[in-house]
Amino acid sequence: MKHIVKIMTLLMAISSFWIGLLEMLVVPPNYTWVLPLYFIVLVGCYGLLMVGVGLMRFPTCPQEAGLLQQVVFPLTLMVSLL
Amino acid sequence: MEEQQRNERNKYSIIVPTYNERLNIALLVYLIFKHLKKNVIPLSALFRNVDFEIIIVDDGSPDGTQEVVKQLQQVYGEDHILLRARPKKLGLGTAYSHGLRHASGNFVVIMDADLSHHPKYLPSFIKKQMETGASIVTGTRYVSGGGVHGWNLMRKLTSRGANVLAQTLLWPGVSDLTGSFRLYRKSVLEEVISSCVSKGYVFQMEMIVRASRKGYHIEEVPITFVDRVYGSSKLGGSEIVEYLKGLAYLLVTT
Ligand SMILES: Nc1nc2c(ncn2[C@@H]2O[C@H](COP(=O)(O)OP(=O)(O)O)[C@@H](O)[C@H]2O)c(=O)[nH]1
Ligand SMILES: [Mg+2]
Repeated sequence: MKHIVKIMTLLMAISSFWIGLLEMLVVPPNYTWVLPLYFIVLVGCYGLLMVGVGLMRFPTCPQEAGLLQQVVFPLTLMVSLL
Repeated sequence: MEEQQRNERNKYSIIVPTYNERLNIALLVYLIFKHLKKNVIPLSALFRNVDFEIIIVDDGSPDGTQEVVKQLQQVYGEDHILLRARPKKLGLGTAYSHGLRHASGNFVVIMDADLSHHPKYLPSFIKKQMETGASIVTGTRYVSGGGVHGWNLMRKLTSRGANVLAQTLLWPGVSDLTGSFRLYRKSVLEEVISSCVSKGYVFQMEMIVRASRKGYHIEEVPITFVDRVYGSSKLGGSEIVEYLKGLAYLLVTT
């Protein structure tokens, strides 16, 4: 199954759940109508949050750059003398 | 025991595409030998020396990369260093398949020549593969023990955004999609590479996503990535557009 189909299926499941809510009047209809909006906002927030958290906890390795430089510098001198 | 004897006959072909990497290639080769030609894999005495070859695919670099490689062949031997040059710059994706055609190992490692991929991680790739029997071991920068050095805020932001987008839409099961430091079982690489059409960063992503969809066993090891010390790299705004197109392409074809 192509991946886009999986995602579509997921979206369909969510919207049929929503239509179900609308039909059965479990929640007051005027409230149900804004649920998709909430959903979209939620997805957006999730994305921003993930990017934000990822950016804050972005793994860096300054010590690795130092180590590499220690190896690279003397060798580069040698190579340039060849 | 049988498993060990099989392992003993493993050979690793390290494919290194180069374009204007005169200074880096000598260092890289030196470091590969340093980290593979001693008792680096503490699994068993059998693995004291890892059998490997380095296949350098140079695309007619004007800076004399090939002359340096020929000197390296004199030092390390032509059975260890293979120069498989092409007449002109034909791109990375085809460089891999070109190198692959000349690979005699049953495993293939792909790495950059610019020292962003440090050869000290090669033993952990090999060890991970032996322990898990994985078909692909991919280096990841985004777990503890991994990391990146030399990126500005914008580069980090783009990278995180691209990663979140791909993770949410593709569910690939690996944390680093665009890294290119990887170990493949040769047969698996041959199969996956033949079904890939993308270029640039998307190519790395397509490879791992297709492999994951085909159900191959993929493992990850942490690596650090120090942005290139010598020479120049390319990442423009058009890369982002290409990336988004690639993502859409993968959504409908995998
Ligand atoms: N053979 C070949 N190698 C290339 C080509 N373009 C880049 N490379 C090599 O591929 C590796 C990664 O390239 P780099 O410019 O560092 O890409 P980046 O790290 O993703 O920005 C380096 O070892 C380059 O020398 C090409 O067209 N042909
Ligand atoms: Mg690079």
